[in-house]
Parts: sequence; C-alpha cells; structure tokens
Amino acid sequence: MNPVNYLYLAALLFTIGAAGVLIRRNAIVVFMCIELMLNACNLTLVAFSRMHGNLDGQIIAFFVMVVAAAEVVVGLAIIVSLFRSRHSASVDDASLMKL
Amino acid sequence: MTGLSGLNTLAATTTSTGEAVQFWVLGTVAVIGALCTILMRRAVHSALCLAGTMIILAVFYLANGAYFLGVVQIVVYTGAIMMLFLFVVMLVGVTAADSLKETLKGQRWLAALCGLGFGVLLIAGIGHASLSTFNGLGAANTAHGGNVEGLAALLFTKYVFAFEITGALLITAAVGAMVLTHKERTERSLTQREMAERRVREGKQLPPLPAPGVYARHNAVDIPGLLPDGTPSELTVISTLRERGQIRDVSAKALSDLKALEQRSEDRLGRHGSTSSTGPATGTTTGSTGDRADRDRDEEEATR
Amino acid sequence: MENLIALLIAAPLLGAVVLLCGGRRLDRTGHWLGTALAGASFLIGVVLFAGMLGESADERTLHQRLFSWIPVEGFQADIAFQLDQLSMTFVLLITGVGTLIHIYSIGYMEHDERRRRFFGYLNLFLSAMLLLVLADNYLLLYFGWEGVGLASYLLIGFWQHKPSAATAAKKAFLVNRVGDIGLSIAIMLMFTTFGTFAFGPVLGSVGETGEGTLTAIGLMLLLAACGKSAQVPLQSWLGDAMEGPTPVSALIHAATMVTAGVYLIVRSGAIFNAAPDAQLVVVVVGAVTLLFGAVVGCAKDDIKKALAGSTMSQIGYMILAAGLGPIGYVFAIMHLVTHGFFKAGLFLGAGSVMHGMNDEVDMRKYGGLRKHMPITFVTFGLGYLAIIGFPGLSGFFSKDKIIESAFAKGGAEGWILGAVTLLGAAITAFYMTRVMLMTFFGEKRWQPDAEGHEPHPHESPRSMTIPMIVLAFGSVFAGGFFGIGDRFLNWLEPVTGYDHGHAPISAATVTTATVVVLLIGVGVAWLMYGRRPVPVLAPRGSLLTRAARRDLYQDDINHAVLVRGGEHLTRSLVYVDHTLVDGVVNGTAASVGGLSGRLRKMQNGYARSYAVSMFGGTAVLIAATLLMRAV
Repeated sequence: MNPVNYLYLAALLFTIGAAGVLIRRNAIVVFMCIELMLNACNLTLVAFSRMHGNLDGQIIAFFVMVVAAAEVVVGLAIIVSLFRSRHSASVDDASLMKL
Repeated sequence: MTGLSGLNTLAATTTSTGEAVQFWVLGTVAVIGALCTILMRRAVHSALCLAGTMIILAVFYLANGAYFLGVVQIVVYTGAIMMLFLFVVMLVGVTAADSLKETLKGQRWLAALCGLGFGVLLIAGIGHASLSTFNGLGAANTAHGGNVEGLAALLFTKYVFAFEITGALLITAAVGAMVLTHKERTERSLTQREMAERRVREGKQLPPLPAPGVYARHNAVDIPGLLPDGTPSELTVISTLRERGQIRDVSAKALSDLKALEQRSEDRLGRHGSTSSTGPATGTTTGSTGDRADRDRDEEEATR
Repeated sequence: MENLIALLIAAPLLGAVVLLCGGRRLDRTGHWLGTALAGASFLIGVVLFAGMLGESADERTLHQRLFSWIPVEGFQADIAFQLDQLSMTFVLLITGVGTLIHIYSIGYMEHDERRRRFFGYLNLFLSAMLLLVLADNYLLLYFGWEGVGLASYLLIGFWQHKPSAATAAKKAFLVNRVGDIGLSIAIMLMFTTFGTFAFGPVLGSVGETGEGTLTAIGLMLLLAACGKSAQVPLQSWLGDAMEGPTPVSALIHAATMVTAGVYLIVRSGAIFNAAPDAQLVVVVVGAVTLLFGAVVGCAKDDIKKALAGSTMSQIGYMILAAGLGPIGYVFAIMHLVTHGFFKAGLFLGAGSVMHGMNDEVDMRKYGGLRKHMPITFVTFGLGYLAIIGFPGLSGFFSKDKIIESAFAKGGAEGWILGAVTLLGAAITAFYMTRVMLMTFFGEKRWQPDAEGHEPHPHESPRSMTIPMIVLAFGSVFAGGFFGIGDRFLNWLEPVTGYDHGHAPISAATVTTATVVVLLIGVGVAWLMYGRRPVPVLAPRGSLLTRAARRDLYQDDINHAVLVRGGEHLTRSLVYVDHTLVDGVVNGTAASVGGLSGRLRKMQNGYARSYAVSMFGGTAVLIAATLLMRAV
C-alpha cells in the first residue's frame, strides 16, 4: 500500500465533515463536523511529516490540536449561551442577518 | 512498533502488509464513523461516532510514526474535547433528536454538489501531485532519542514563539468561555415574602406551583402531575424541560396500570369468590404464581 | 469708382432698415422712399456701367474690400465685392426691373395698409440679391443667398392672413432650404479642397483638383441652383409662390431669386467645365424642367400659375444653356436678361388684369379684355410675342441662340437637346397663345360674384402702366440690341468664355425650324381656344391635362416620397428608440433590478447558506489552481 492513501482518506473525511457542516442544523453537530475536518487536516500533516522525513508536520498538527481545543471551549460556550437565550441549538434559528 | 523493521517500513514507498490491512479495515471504519457523525439524528450518537473516528485516527498517527500525537489525540481529543461535547449535549438536551428534514430550499443539493465537486477536486489534486517518495520518520525520530524528544526539541527551539502564543490563546479561550457562560447577578435576589406578594399582585397562581410526579407511582421531575380528570398538568414540570419537550406523559400508562391493577384485584377477589362459589379452573394454579409475582411488584411500586 | 459698389447694396438695405424700423410715421411716404432708394441703386449701377464701358475689356473687373468678416487663422472670409461684366448685367437687371416693380407696386398696393412694410421687404429683397451677385467669395454669396430666401419667404407670405399664403411661404422656404444645404456642402467642400472661398483662387485652381471632387462640388451647386431656380426636383414651391402679391411674383420670376441659380452655375463655370458629369446632370435637369414647366403651363387656368409654369420652363432653358458650358453661358445670361424684361412685363400685365377684375385669377372668367384694358393688352401682347420668340423681338434672339447652342453641343446629345428645346419652344408658343386668347380675346365670360358685384374691367393707374410700357420696350428691343452684332457676346465673353461648338446644321436652318414650331404651336392654340368659345367651367380634359393641372403630381410625389417616407422613417426611428434604445436601457435597469432581487434572496441570513458559498468558492479556487497547474 502506498502511504498516499492516508491523504485520500483525509480528503474523504474532510469532505464528509464539510458536507456535515452544510447539512446539519444542530450547532453541536456542526461543531463536531468542524472537528472532523480539523482531524482530517491533522492526518494529512502527519502523513506529510512522514513523507518529508521531519517532525515539523507533527508540530503543526499539535498546534492545530491546541487551537481546536481553544476553539471548542469558546464555541461550546457560545452554543450554551445561545441556547440559554434562545432555547434552541439550531443554527437556522440564529438567522438575524436575514433582511 | 518501534522496532527496526517498523522504522524501515516507515521509510519505504510501500508499507508493510500489516499496515495495509490495518489501513483498509480501520479506514473503512473511520469513514463509516464520519458518515454516522453527520447522519445520526441524536447529537449523543454523533459525538460517540466522532470519538470512534478520532480513536482510529490516533491509531493512524501511531502507524505514521507520530507516537506523541497519537497519544495526545486519544487523551486530549477523545478524552477531553469529546467529553466537553458530551457535557454540552447534556446541557442542551440529550434525548432531543434532530429532524433531518432540510428546511432551506436547495441547500441539500448545493451541499451535495459542492461536497462532491470539492472531494473530486481534492482527490484529483492529490492524485495529480507527485508523492511517490516517502522518506520515513526513522531518522527524525531517532535523532534526539525518540519521537517525543524530537518534538520537544523542535517545539522549544524553532517553534517556541508559536508555542508561547498558543499558551496565550488557551488562556484567552478559557477566560472567554467563562465570560460567555457566566451570568453575573446584577440585582438582589427576591425574598420569599416578596415573591409571595408578587404572586398575589399578578393573580395568576396564588398557591405554590404543584409538584411533579404521580403520587404513589411516579415522582420523577419530568413527569407531570395529573389533574383530577387524569390529564397531565404541564405546570408541574420545570420550564427547562417544558421547553425541551422532555416531558414524559404517563397519564395513559397510569390509567392502564390502574385498570390492570383493578383487574388483578378483581381476579384475586373473584378467585377468592370463585373458590367459595364456582370452584377453581384448570388455569388458576398456573396463574397463581404469576399473580403472586404481580402482587409482589405492585406492592413494590406502592412503596416507592 | 469701386467704392460705389457697396453703395449699390447699401441703398436698398438702408431703405429696408428705415422702412421696417421706422414705424407708422412712414406709412404715407415710405413707398416713395423705397422706390427712390431702389432707383438710386439703379442710377449707381448705371454710373458704374458707364465707367466700366470706358475701360478696355480686360480691365473692367472692379474689387472692393470693405473689411475682414471672419479673420481666423486659416479661415479668412472678407466682406469684399467683385464687379465684373457678369455682375454688372445682373445689377442692371435687378435694380432696373426692381425699380420698375417698385413703381408698379405703388399703384398695385395702394389700398394695402401694410404697404410700407411691403416696400421694406422689396428693398431687402433687392439688397440681398445684389449682395448675392456682387460677393467676391462663396461665403458672402451664401449670405446673400440666405437673404434672398428670407425676403422671398416674407414676401410670398405677405398676405399672411390667408392660410394658403402662409403655407406657400413656408413651402418655398423649406424647399429652398434643401437647396441651401447643397450650397453649404459645396462651400465646405471648396474650403477643404482649396482652403478658401474667394472666387479668384477657387476658380483659378480648378485645374489642379481631381475631377471627382469637382463633380461633387458641381452637383451640390446644382442642388442649390435647383432650389433657388425652381428646377426639378425642387420645383414645387414656385407655383404656390403665386400666393404672394403679383409684384412679388414679377420680382421673383424676372429679376431676382430664380435667376440666382443660373448666376451660380455661370459664375462657377470653371468648376463645371472641369466636371463633365456634373455638366451633363445640369443639362438633364434643365431639359426636364423645360418640358415640365411647359406642360404645367398648358393646363393651368390660373393666369399667374400659367405664367409660373412658363417661368419654370424658361429658367429650364437657361439652366440647359448653362449646362452646355462655354457654348451656352453667354446665351443663358442673355436669355435671362430678355426674360427678365418680358416676364416682368407679363406678370405686371397679369397683375393689371387682376387689378381690374377684382383679383380674379381664373382665365376662364376673363375674355375680351382687350377693349377694356388697351395699354395692358398691348404691353402684355408684346411680352407674349417676345416670350414665344416671335422673330424680331427679344425672346427670338435669345431663345434661338440657346437652341442653336443645344445643337452645337454636338453628337447625339446635341440632337436630343436641340429637339427638346424646339419642342419646348412649340409648347411655349401654345400655352402663351392660350393665355393670350383666353384673357384678351373672345367673348366676355365674367359674371357677378357671390355678392352681386360685377367686375368693371378698367385700365390701371399710370403708376402701373408706365412700368409695363417701359418693360414692353425692353421686351421688344433688348434682344435685338444684344443679339445683332454679338454685342452681348463680346460684353460677357471675357468673364464666361465662349466656344462655338460644332453645329451640325446651319444657324439659318435652326431659325427656320424655330419659327416653324412657333407657328405650329400658335396655330394649335388658336384652333383650340381662338376659333371656339372657351367654356367657363374647365372640361375634364385628358389624362395629361389633369396631371398637368396638378403640377404633374409634384406635390403628390413629394408627399408620397418625402412626407410619407419621413413619417415612416421617424416612426421606425421612434419604434427603434422605444424598443431598442429604451429596451436596452430599461432592460439593463430591469435586469440589474431582477438580478439584485435574485441575489438578495441569496442573503437569507442562514449561516449554512453562507457556508455553502464559501465551500463552493473554495472548490472553484482549487479547480482554478489545478487548471493553472495543468496549463
């Protein structure tokens, strides 16, 4: 097997995650899909790290994880406060930008 | 896994058969998990599927020689972040199922089109790129004595600024989350007397709100109390559950249970009566054990 | 001596300004002032003429430069005059005949309360015409040309209370405008070709210019001449111009206006000489108009309109002669002068008849007037004999020369033109005899009008008869004076040049033929109108007669081609404007609006929709990147 297959798998996961962002209305699930996309990116970074033979890719993946953790913390806080004020976790309900 | 043969396979353009098998099996599972994440109606199921996918990804990290990342993936992602998700899911309502019916016109088609196009393009791009040679991580991992040491050497030298900034980011995120979720009380809380006076002023509900639960049967907070005619009163359930729609209506069950109970007591009385008048049927002996079991359970419930 | 040239124009111009601005206090004396100034102009002309005769033939041209009109670098236009033999001829004709018409108008317009204004317009007409013939460059000529158009408009529509007169004035003005466009284009072409407007440089440098340009200039000049001289296809205004007072008709037809076209062509002779194609067109226009006018003249019962047809025909002779080149220039001008005499005489006679007949113009209601108006009869009769070319009178000499010149053109062209001119002469004899017989001979046919006033034909006052007598003298003797001994030829030859041409038949033969066709024409007319009584109501007539009564459908053709065509053109333009232009504009607006309306819906406020846009954009970016790498 060629290690390039990891990249194909990452692309597939990323696309699935993106499709989930577009399809799901529940903010929490949307968030999970974003995490899925980030993980797919991490997979490519690790695969590329192996390909280039240095650890920089893993470092970047590590940073991505940290940023994802921070993002999740803030994002979930936003979802909780949103739910508190609107009693709904649907992203479609937060459509105040509509004309 | 960290043996010499493993290092060698990491360096080759083709992997060992073991890794290939592992890839195909776990890769399939990962894709199924990702699909389930976006297709499950309940957020809890989605979260669990995602956690599974992440664990598989952790295995792939390990297979690619990123041992530290693999562990961190399991500990931080699957352990911490997914737990955070589950907590929020609990807050928002664990039992609420999402409708998968699309409300935005054309959204699903557009999403499918874009997703398909994007995926095809991405895969075409990867296929187009010249990615034939894999150097492998054997040399890099052994340079400082191991994967973790190698990462540390990079993190505290080359990427030290980014590392520091990441620390600042984490602190900011923590403070931000607190600011967002913490509700500052800006006025004095009402005393019991004041609340009673307000109730009188409003005139809607003078006595205290009725408590939930069906006495002698159910006293869970999500079960509304029954009115004298047997219909449930939503007033008895707290507003959060009311808004989530998480109210268990047991009025019908209570009535049917009541009916069954009466039936059984009739039976028992009838049996007592029948033994005195009509005599036992052939089925009474077989029914007596069941009756006893029923009676035991009824008593049990009555004590609850 | 040359300082007098400006005075020629200034005298009538002064009259016009004083009479038109002077107000009512001049009402009683204004006509005398106008006549006196016209006469003064004539006297100055005579003085200049006498001075010119004193010079040798080559030194007769006088120049006077008043001031620089438009002094722009590379665009010089001067108010400057040039008086040579050609201009001199016109000056004498214009001022002489013009003065006579002024005198006549004193009597004719006696009862018109706007007489002062009428004389002001007459003076304006004279000064504009003098400016036209005296200008030494085309731009100034154009100025005079437009002045003539303005004055003719004012005079034709003088009785503006009559809608027909107002319409006729507008028609004359509009048709003249078409010709004016030709002149202005010709002048622009001249400027771009030669860089100047002055006659000397323009006509002197013709040899260095391409024939195509010259042909274009010539055709544009011809268009201008057609407008002013009422030649086909711009002839339609002339008949309607009879709505003006009769002296105006006399002035327009004899001395001014219609002669301007002939003057323009003869003046620009050098250009036409170098452009044979343009010359051919000139000849064709002249020949067609000659027959056209003659045919129309045959059918009209209105005495003035019959004379108008005759004018058109005679001007056609002149244009034809002018188109012959050096063979004909001199004779065109000679016929113009003699025509000026007898046509003025005829019109004044017609005016005199109308004056005596309560302004009745229908010849069928005349008859036997010779006993009532002897002087008018005699002067009109002499004019009649002159115009038909009765041997010995003016018209004989000048017309005969034109017919000879037409034959002298040579080749088939010469034969055709000769035949046309002979035919024209026969028709002229016919219709003029008809006019004469219907007016002065036969039984009286007039009846009381609707209010019971029976006309009492009477001779006109002396102020009207004297000019008629003077003009009759001119009609009789001018031709002989000019023609015998080639006086006129020698006089004009230095300016216009002369060429004998190649006459295929002798002059005597032509003269004989002319006399024969003349007699035939007169005979036919006598058979039709002299021997039999003339019906008061016009018979239905043949197809040709009916067509000729309607001016050979000139107005119908104009209406069908120009008015209808113009309407269709404007309608289609409006349609194009409404559908295409407005459609593009409104369509753009509507499509922008519609597009915005559609695009607005994309802004639905749903984060997921925006996410789709972002995702699609990313996909497009990837596609573009891959595409660029592939390329």
